[in-house]
Amino acid sequence: MAPPDRAAAEPRGVPVLSGTGTGARGFLGSDFVHGFRHSPVAVVSALIALVLILAGVFAPWLAPHDPTNLASLSLLDSFKPPWPSADSDWFNPLGTDSQGRDVLSAIMFGMRISLLVGFCSVAIAVVLGIVAGLAAGYLGGAADTILMRIADVQLTFPAILTALMINGIVGAALPQTMREQMQIPVIIVSIGISLWPGIARTVRGSTMVERNKEYVLAARVIGVPARRIMISHVLPNVIGPVLVLATLGLGLAILTEATLSFLGVGLPPTRPSLGTLIRYGNDFLFSGQWWVTIFPGAALVLMVLSINLLGDWLRDALNPRLR
Amino acid sequence: MFAFVATRLLQAIPVLLVVGLISFALFAYVGDPVSIILGQDHTEAQRLELIRQLGLDRPFFIQFARYLWTALHGEFGISYRLAQPVSRLIGERAPATLELAVTAMALAIAIGIPMGVYTGIHRDTWFSRLFMAVSLIGVSLPVFLVGILLILIFSVSLDWLPSFGRGTVVPIGSWWTTGFATWSGLRALILPAITLGLFQMTLILRLVRAEMLEVLRTDYIRFARARGLPNRTIHFGHALKNTLVPVITIIGLQFGGLVAFSLVTETVFQWPGMGLLLVQSVAVADIPVMSAYLLLISLVYLTINLAVDLLYYAVDPRLRVSRRGH
Repeated sequence: MAPPDRAAAEPRGVPVLSGTGTGARGFLGSDFVHGFRHSPVAVVSALIALVLILAGVFAPWLAPHDPTNLASLSLLDSFKPPWPSADSDWFNPLGTDSQGRDVLSAIMFGMRISLLVGFCSVAIAVVLGIVAGLAAGYLGGAADTILMRIADVQLTFPAILTALMINGIVGAALPQTMREQMQIPVIIVSIGISLWPGIARTVRGSTMVERNKEYVLAARVIGVPARRIMISHVLPNVIGPVLVLATLGLGLAILTEATLSFLGVGLPPTRPSLGTLIRYGNDFLFSGQWWVTIFPGAALVLMVLSINLLGDWLRDALNPRLR
Repeated sequence: MFAFVATRLLQAIPVLLVVGLISFALFAYVGDPVSIILGQDHTEAQRLELIRQLGLDRPFFIQFARYLWTALHGEFGISYRLAQPVSRLIGERAPATLELAVTAMALAIAIGIPMGVYTGIHRDTWFSRLFMAVSLIGVSLPVFLVGILLILIFSVSLDWLPSFGRGTVVPIGSWWTTGFATWSGLRALILPAITLGLFQMTLILRLVRAEMLEVLRTDYIRFARARGLPNRTIHFGHALKNTLVPVITIIGLQFGGLVAFSLVTETVFQWPGMGLLLVQSVAVADIPVMSAYLLLISLVYLTINLAVDLLYYAVDPRLRVSRRGH
């Protein structure tokens, strides 16, 4: 039997994970790692992303000040300009805001929340996308029609609008007392739902190719149940493109959360993310305290840019047609 | 051609019905309209009377049909926040959003296509490289940061352009207001339009460039050169024309994105459009406005998708031929 034309059957721009070898030694010696070490863009953006992620995750231990501790704040310290400048000092290298909060510490704690929301919502999108994509691609028929119709309708709207609407609707449906504490889970779920169709479509596309291959047929013949075939036989072969989409989705999720928080419909002011910090600092733009908003903005851009560049590189690296 | 349009219209109807259903379910069941309208003090008799008046005691499908019927007549209920008809609120703000979106798109096309063609043809000049670097920044910066940076540079530091509002607007007809007619209106439009259009511009630029690079490699371009046609004819008559199908798709689909993303730009610049209205409504759970916006925006999207499909027909003769072959 002639091998099916994989490249033609796949949606455009979606790579296939292949040739990465098996086991730790195989992986370290693979083309994948070799390509990574010889791509300055990939190495630099991976380093930046790693530093920012570590700074966010370990913010409570690394940050020079604790912005959540109101007792440590003093209005006398407010609006200190960033270093180097005449009024600045070593304790607040990026300056302070209107309440004397250290901007650097606020950014680190904000990064922590942005990353939390980003990773969790991508996880939701990946699970939803894989389940829907596998079901639609492997089972076909009514499941395929219904799931892909929903995805089509949702794809016609920008993700930000979907997330905004779900966020607003759930917020309105919850009783007033629960809104504040439920805001983080609600925003995670809304962003997660807004991102699933892209992943589902890709998984469906590759699943439809895999479904007709001999190993699946063999598994079916010996009586392996459909669910087991989908999870342990088809899934490992369609997961590569999902890795790329999840990386790019992480950047998008962080950006979406920042945008929603900037609009004032995202996270509560008690748990400020990068977007909340930018929104808050925006008020002081006209009085000349630019650092309160520009530094969180720069941190956000650096984060999203490095993740996106990494995702782009991953897409090219996993694409056998570009080798 | 007629059959094609008819099928697309028929496909749009179920989508609209589903969105209508969601929008109705929101309107009727989220946030309990009866207690919102009556407030804290009311008797049981008043409550039942209001439920009867609003038709909330009727069966679900009758309520849904009535909702669709009134929506078809442009009635979407009363805003909880502003106590005004939603249709009027949206009608007042639509011109601001549409003018902003059209200006931003015109800007993006006027800069994006020529620059895409230029960087596609002369891809190794330093000017091309500069433009590609700028466009990379344009893709990566979030919309609201672009707005903040522009305000910081052009309003705060240089004090050249206004940072909020629409300037002086002039009414045209009974409900349209335009900012195109006055100097202050035009000045107020510049920064928001650049903010909103920057992302689209970089998208168009990169797409046109990629398509040009692809097309210029093909055989028919080589034959056109062999025939001794002038460069201008080859680049614009032969090459650019064949890049237009994907470019039109992106422009069309992005126009919908513009209307949606205008909510961010409108918030940054306090532009009195539909997006700002939606954001303010979501913040206080003003359900009638949200459900009306949902319906309207899906209508806009479906119309745009249909228009894009029709434009394919105009641009790509191959589609017409393959249809006839069936």
